Amino acid sequence: MAERERRLAPPYGGVFVERSQVMDADEVQRALTRIAHEIVERNKGLAGVVVVGLQTGGVPLARRLVETLADIEGTEVPLGVLDVALHRDDIGLRPVLPEAVTDIPFDLDGSDIVLVDDVLYTGRTTRAALDALTSFGRPRRVQLAVMVDRGHRELPIRPDFVGKNLPTRHDEVVDVTLDGVRLGEMQR
Amino acid sequence: MKHLVTVDQLGPDGVAELMTLTDRFVEVGQRAIPKVPALRGKTVATAFFENSTRTRLSFETAAKRLSADTMSFTAGTSSLSKGESIRDTVETVCAMGVDLLVVRHGAAGVPEQVSRWVDVSVVNAGDGWHEHPTQGLLDAYTLLQARHGSAGQSPSLAGVRIGIVGDVKHSRVARSDLAAFTALGAEVTLVAPPTLLPPSLAGWSAEVSHDLDAVLAKLDVVALLRIQQERMTEALVPSFREYTARYGLTPERLARLDDEVIVMHPGPVNRGIELAAEAMDRPGTVITRQVANGVAVRMAVLYLLAGSGVDVA
Repeated sequence: MAERERRLAPPYGGVFVERSQVMDADEVQRALTRIAHEIVERNKGLAGVVVVGLQTGGVPLARRLVETLADIEGTEVPLGVLDVALHRDDIGLRPVLPEAVTDIPFDLDGSDIVLVDDVLYTGRTTRAALDALTSFGRPRRVQLAVMVDRGHRELPIRPDFVGKNLPTRHDEVVDVTLDGVRLGEMQR
Repeated sequence: MKHLVTVDQLGPDGVAELMTLTDRFVEVGQRAIPKVPALRGKTVATAFFENSTRTRLSFETAAKRLSADTMSFTAGTSSLSKGESIRDTVETVCAMGVDLLVVRHGAAGVPEQVSRWVDVSVVNAGDGWHEHPTQGLLDAYTLLQARHGSAGQSPSLAGVRIGIVGDVKHSRVARSDLAAFTALGAEVTLVAPPTLLPPSLAGWSAEVSHDLDAVLAKLDVVALLRIQQERMTEALVPSFREYTARYGLTPERLARLDDEVIVMHPGPVNRGIELAAEAMDRPGTVITRQVANGVAVRMAVLYLLAGSGVDVA
């Protein structure tokens, strides 16, 4: 969850206080490079692959992933961004950020989508994203790439590509940027 | 914010935030399936004590695109004709389990009063000569879109010169337009004969002119108002022909406008009175875009009041 979203979110609503650094910028990039290779391997190339970043935390990661894929394979895959706020089942618990736009400037019919998010937690964002994607078309396949899988799933959802598995407590907060991954908590 | 009765209650920041939020609902409208589940399980009731087609349909479309259920109530076919009071009527509607009530009435202040009687959110869809906030907001959004493509992160109409032309006195659209345009930094001139201006303009942040030809060349936007024959109880203009000659956007005046000058009208258009039929085909005329944006703006309003859990303004 990105900073402004977290600040406005009713269950948390506070200031993020870091307790430990889990990954640094280099480690994030290495994880993205590994994920990029796994995506190429799983899909036997990049034909038909599109990357969709989830607002707001998944967007910079998705952008970097597209660049990394281009470095490896020499093809620039289409990049879209998706905001799932209007599709959530817990509307009211998470704020809607007016600036978090959806922009999918290509046809999803028959594509192999790689959804990118920063943290996989309850799985509710992913469920909402799968729901939202159906309004745009019928993809052939949807895969999920996350930088951190922190556990505590509430829905039968699993990631296809994971940067790091990070066991956490419920009250902890994971902050993911391209500069690193930090573990901490919210202080009111 | 629980109710939307006037534009002013949003404040400049609230208006700007709503404009940015509207971008998202414009995007939803462009999807293959233009519907999101945001208000699933909520019920939106439209209570129109005064005739309307476009506003009611626009609110209902907006509610349906958010997956809300809709109920509609029009005065002509209701128990009002059996003598039931407004209060009893809205309380009856709300007792059926409504989350949001959209109210239009011919008398100013009714939506405000209704919002005190019921504990659901109330949206003013036009009250007498007072305000029509969603129209003001959709007009402001249409201008942002015509000039910049979308509202963007920091929507602004700074430096845009807008003339609101016509029957300002009876027009709730003029009041809401003025509030929305000035909240975004536009410079507004009211152009009308003295008889069609309100008796006092104290507190209105607008210039006033009685001569359309004198100001026309300086305007970036011509926002026309409808001549409200149903509200004209006195002889305020000698004749419609004379009104058209002095304040109508006639073919001659249209010919003097650059293509970039935006012409807007809240509808329904009295063709040949406020606006020549030729105006419909010019590139700068945004009347149909106003209608399309109306749905998106109303989605944003319904969503803010009934679904988002976030407080704007």
